[in-house]
Amino acid sequence: MGAVTVKVPTSMRHLTGGSGQVPADGDTLRAVIGKLEANYPGLGARLVDESGALRRFVNVYVDDIDVRYEQSLDTPTPDGSTLWVISAVAGGS
Amino acid sequence: MSLPPLVEPAESLSVDEVRRYSRHLIIPDVGVTGQKRLKNAKVLCVGAGGLGSPALMYLAAAGVGTLGIVEFDVVDESNLQRQIIHGQSDVGRPKAESAAASIREINPYVNVVIHNTALDRDNVKEIFAQYDLIVDGTDNFATRYLVNDAAVLLGKPYVWGSIYRFDGQASVFWAEHGPCYRCLYPEPPPPGMVPSCAEGGVLGVLCASIGSIQVTEAIKLLAGVGEPLVGSLMVYDALEMTYRKIKVRKDPNCALCGENPTVTDLLEDYEDFCGNVSTEAADAVVGSTITARELKDWQDAGKDVFVVDVREPAEFEIVRIPGSVLIPKGDILSGEALSRMPQDKQIVLHCKSGVRSAEALAALKSAGFKDAVHVQGGVLAWIKTVDPSLPAY
Repeated sequence: MGAVTVKVPTSMRHLTGGSGQVPADGDTLRAVIGKLEANYPGLGARLVDESGALRRFVNVYVDDIDVRYEQSLDTPTPDGSTLWVISAVAGGS
Repeated sequence: MSLPPLVEPAESLSVDEVRRYSRHLIIPDVGVTGQKRLKNAKVLCVGAGGLGSPALMYLAAAGVGTLGIVEFDVVDESNLQRQIIHGQSDVGRPKAESAAASIREINPYVNVVIHNTALDRDNVKEIFAQYDLIVDGTDNFATRYLVNDAAVLLGKPYVWGSIYRFDGQASVFWAEHGPCYRCLYPEPPPPGMVPSCAEGGVLGVLCASIGSIQVTEAIKLLAGVGEPLVGSLMVYDALEMTYRKIKVRKDPNCALCGENPTVTDLLEDYEDFCGNVSTEAADAVVGSTITARELKDWQDAGKDVFVVDVREPAEFEIVRIPGSVLIPKGDILSGEALSRMPQDKQIVLHCKSGVRSAEALAALKSAGFKDAVHVQGGVLAWIKTVDPSLPAY
């Protein structure tokens, strides 16, 4: 089972006890997100909507791969890979 | 990917201008021609706030000939921690005017155009049409999608930046040459899921980190030097002090700039598109909203109220309504805090401005607390109408 590192944006760190980086495992993005939700309740729901699809204000990269252009939630997450969660924020003033 | 210069060179530079811009002129990639292009350039900055402050100041110093400012707000003391184009003596002054005065002080050769108005679907195209390039320094999703859509529809490049706490992002969206904002983020987050800087805060200097990337990109596009951030997203983490450049693809299914666009003109209502208050919250507040003054009257009359502040602990530390109890919105939405809600008292929710308390009210009502109410305008309304001696933030 792939052990991965997940980079969490500031706007979601209240769900990880303030951590910007958390460990998870799973062979696909779907499995990793399931693990994240189990360990950090609410974090999975930030990434996946009620219908089970990846939310459209969030981009997830497995290393340099944008999962939206791969297999979305079924994108493989190899052992040692880093998942980057990039969330839309609107601040500017 | 390098792109040709966006702007033709001005005819000449005066002796004074040569003196002023000499450090640019001796850079081979800029030179006299590049500086003449900046002189001839017309750049619009949407917002003269956190990102707009450093952006406008450096664009002015760099010698951009015409700088437009769209801004309807007035300078508030809470802006001065980061909005460095304004000063203490500007408090209460329209930001557009204050920014224009600073620009004139930095560089009298800049022609400043003030648009002292809020950008909306009726004026955005007319305003954007007067400029070569747009710099986005707005602070909410509705305006960001409006800016993006207008820029795409008019074929204008759009230098985008956004900030939150210690994180920043920047990119150049230009549908002609790459992705647009909707390619990166097709839809805004549901209301309340991503906090704003007014709710979550922002490190003041982060504005400079991201604003300076925006100005750098603007200058590169205007002068046609280097590799612009078209098709790339810069992600900055100030705590880790890392910059990461991520590839952003043009989405063939983009609703606006894709192969079969479904959005072919500006939307009727961008606030609605961003669902600024959820339907549940909008329904919940009907008939269950009181004013700050009414809350005060209830308290004075000795009514048995349970006042719940649904903001975050740091906000509660800054200012609070007397007698209120802190229970952050997240704890109410998760159901965790429901056991702390009394059945025999009038529950009154409030937050900073009334959005979060509306969401919490919807959750409480669906949990059976039918009589709960929330305070319109939140603690800010309390400060305004009940106790102006308290600090607004």
